[in-house]
Amino acid sequence: MTPLRVSIAAAIAAAILLLVIFELIRSRRLQERYALLWLLTGIVIFVFAVWRGLLSRVAGLVGISYPPSALFVLAAFFVLLVLLHYSTVISKLSDQNRILAQRLGLLEHQLSETNEARHGDAGS
Amino acid sequence: MAQHVTAPVEQAPRSPRRLRTIAIVPAYNEERSIGQVLQEIRSTDPDLEIVVINDASTDRTAQVAARAGVPVVNLPFNVGIGGAVQTGYQYALEHGFEVAIQVDGDGQHDPREIADVLEPIFDGRADLVVGTRFAKGGGYRGTRWRRVGIRLFAAIVSVLVRQRVSDTTSGFRAVNKKALRLFAADYPHDYPEVESIVLLSRHHLKMLEVPVQMRVRVEGNSSITALRSAYYMIKVLLALFIGLFRRYPTPLEEP
Repeated sequence: MTPLRVSIAAAIAAAILLLVIFELIRSRRLQERYALLWLLTGIVIFVFAVWRGLLSRVAGLVGISYPPSALFVLAAFFVLLVLLHYSTVISKLSDQNRILAQRLGLLEHQLSETNEARHGDAGS
Repeated sequence: MAQHVTAPVEQAPRSPRRLRTIAIVPAYNEERSIGQVLQEIRSTDPDLEIVVINDASTDRTAQVAARAGVPVVNLPFNVGIGGAVQTGYQYALEHGFEVAIQVDGDGQHDPREIADVLEPIFDGRADLVVGTRFAKGGGYRGTRWRRVGIRLFAAIVSVLVRQRVSDTTSGFRAVNKKALRLFAADYPHDYPEVESIVLLSRHHLKMLEVPVQMRVRVEGNSSITALRSAYYMIKVLLALFIGLFRRYPTPLEEP
């Protein structure tokens, strides 16, 4: 069985994580769509910290003899998920960023060409 | 941003219909339907100006719209319906329009009902008017889960804004200058119809529903799959919940 102190500490940590996420969304520094995975992380860790019987059973299922280690594994797994998610997000952002730069460059070029053409007309 | 709109409307008690009005038509891969939608808008109200927001369609949507002689704003990549509509609001504001009505490019909104949706705006009875599909004898079918979702959101939003809201998902909606300015600055992403109603209420603006008949989509299927709609539902529920704890500047005043 998980030592009670470990459970309490883990529950508090998860609760703090959830509160921080909540505040970040509320103050609009974190968009809902990027918060969902974080929220899931916080909720799962909280549930496993509080529901000690479940943690022991899951740990036993996968052959972890010391249940708090299962909590670590779980947390590490979710952090990995979040990281992977952000990698895809960054890839998309850098794609969009490139497209924006290209569009802007082409538009500026087009604008200066148009301006030059207009000045040429005015001169003749 | 300097907004220098000369407003002759205020002092002269002329027909309120003369408020400069624009139809915003967001479109994503609607080459089959958009031509007809634009033509129908034209034939019902020739004076109504139109702008098409092409959300990076991969088909010939932009060409079809341009051939109809309508201004087209092409977004460089897909930003979703919220971002597309907001682009329309920004276009409207920059071009000095005072009223805007969203008409989807897929043809599910009947242009003949534009006048009905606009009327309460011209009468000054509301800041946002939503054409909803449930009031006038079941023009809407859709899948069961979608209907359940729509009803759930309607119930939640009704409580949040302390006003009966029958359909929070309709994109057939008109805004006046106040709501236009608000939405041009702040409009939710992904599934904007639900959140924007709450946003509006938090800014103490008035929303009104009018019954309309939704049509079966001219072409193509709704791109929303079961898993996606579950994701959207959770996301929107989260946004609604957290939105309760935000503070908003109220009311939104003229700059």
